[in-house]
Amino acid sequence: MTALASAKDTEMVENTASASPNRVIDIENLSLTFETNDGPVHALSDIDLKIEEGDFVSFIGPSGCGKTTLLRVIADLEKPTAGSITVNGVSPEEARLKRAYGYVFQAAALYPWRTIAKNIALPLEIMGLSGTEQQQRIAKNLDLVNLTGFEKKFPWQLSGGMQQRASIARALAVEPDLLLMDEPFGALDEIVRDHLNEQLLQLWAKTNKTVVFVTHSIPEAVFLSTKIVVLCPRPGRIYDVIESDLPRNRNLDVRETPEFLKIAHRVREGLKAGHSYED
Amino acid sequence: MTDATLPPTRSLSPFAGLMSGTVGPVIVVVLSIISLWYIAAVILNAPFQQEMYERANRTEVPVTLFITDTLAQERPVLPAPHQVIIEIWETTVEKKITSKRSLIYHTGITLSSTLLGFLIGTTLGILLAIGIVHSRVLDKSLMPWVISSQTIPILAIAPMIIVVLNAIGISGLLPKAMISTYLSFFPVTVGMVKGLRSPEVIHMDLMHTYSASRIQTFWKLRLPYAVPYLFTSMKIGMAASLVGAIVGELPTGAVAGLGARLLAGSYYGQTVQIWSALLMAAFLAGALVALIGILEGVTLKRMGMAR
Repeated sequence: MTALASAKDTEMVENTASASPNRVIDIENLSLTFETNDGPVHALSDIDLKIEEGDFVSFIGPSGCGKTTLLRVIADLEKPTAGSITVNGVSPEEARLKRAYGYVFQAAALYPWRTIAKNIALPLEIMGLSGTEQQQRIAKNLDLVNLTGFEKKFPWQLSGGMQQRASIARALAVEPDLLLMDEPFGALDEIVRDHLNEQLLQLWAKTNKTVVFVTHSIPEAVFLSTKIVVLCPRPGRIYDVIESDLPRNRNLDVRETPEFLKIAHRVREGLKAGHSYED
Repeated sequence: MTDATLPPTRSLSPFAGLMSGTVGPVIVVVLSIISLWYIAAVILNAPFQQEMYERANRTEVPVTLFITDTLAQERPVLPAPHQVIIEIWETTVEKKITSKRSLIYHTGITLSSTLLGFLIGTTLGILLAIGIVHSRVLDKSLMPWVISSQTIPILAIAPMIIVVLNAIGISGLLPKAMISTYLSFFPVTVGMVKGLRSPEVIHMDLMHTYSASRIQTFWKLRLPYAVPYLFTSMKIGMAASLVGAIVGELPTGAVAGLGARLLAGSYYGQTVQIWSALLMAAFLAGALVALIGILEGVTLKRMGMAR
């Protein structure tokens, strides 16, 4: 396993050899324990993880393995109880205050009283941008997610997939270098999900952002990622980190290739060995 | 099974069409209330009518005459609906608005203190709710007082408010409006506290990821979320405000206003006048609440929240 991982590492280095890798997220010995009435719950235990600029990293694992909690720690929505974490070289709180990341939630979380354009304007209003700057960013990001023409619609007039695309446009409008996505397509059917996965990859290639993506779908994780982090529960910990050697430029056909199936197999083996399939 | 064996999906009764809308059921309810009212009027006014006949030594009065007589007394125990309607007609349409005997004049007096009290009460209610939602200290210290303020019977505290305000030289419209305020701020406070706290966790998290300030979170998230709650509590507050204005007119010996009409009516046994003032108050409350309902519809539609 280690031999395989190091082989992948060298390939990654080759891929990004031209630019020296810039560390976006650095997590060391991080733990998070929730104190509940039934005693402490170890949501995260001894997490070590490095994420470089331009990576597409997926956290995969069963419910309760702490993958969403880990993402929320990066976003400063939860505080770790031990260990250290830096985002862009500073603490998560400082990174949040600098609006270093865009966060996409499991639900679209659009405000029902705002039109799609106004929803995307929300973070821009909070940042205090000028009206023309807001208009520019709204038009640009609606175009990125193929929603041009829906500016004046209210969220309930859009399908679930379109709502989620609007929420991605809202996160992108902040123009962060880091995109945190918490099972953004979890509530959508597989056909829509495939389509959005492909669009997301194109978006990532176009904008060259760093993406951290939480999912519980093996094909989704393997298809999207350059790096797959397999987590397992009780206590939430990292079981395996897989560097993907699939080409960065990929389409849905890649899922039929032996390389894809090999990585998917390794993810499944990791989940099995981490007791994820047991009750 | 063939189609022929299926039962007809619609009743063939001639009333089925009428009763399927809202008009039919409303008419039925109104008609049954009116007929019950007439029956009650005959029963309640009968003893006095019999007494009258005995004094006049009249016996053998036909039943039809007896019933029409019970419905035409000058000071009946329970006036008949048509007596009240005629009284309302005479004191609104047939009297000048400036006249002291015009019901519209009295309604206007009550309406002005209702609206003033409602305005102050709603503003106070919203401000209290904002304080309570944003400060734990205010939540702990203020909320018990807000609730216990409503356990005091308004009839007990109304004269006190009037007397105290009179002593410091405030009289007229404001003391009555204060009693309306006292009753109407409560539903607004409770409704707005609930409304301002209603945003979903995911929406609050979103504001957190934007590093939004508390003021930004309030204007852009909490307040829009609370708007439907505000209108619901304003409807209750408006009705309470009208009750407050009428109660405020009772202990002051006020000469004008619906409360004064009620009081004068009971002094002189003018039951028809009491009932016409009561009906007018009910109509006024209905109209004011309906007005807020229209405002609510327009606002929610403009916010895109009405579907």
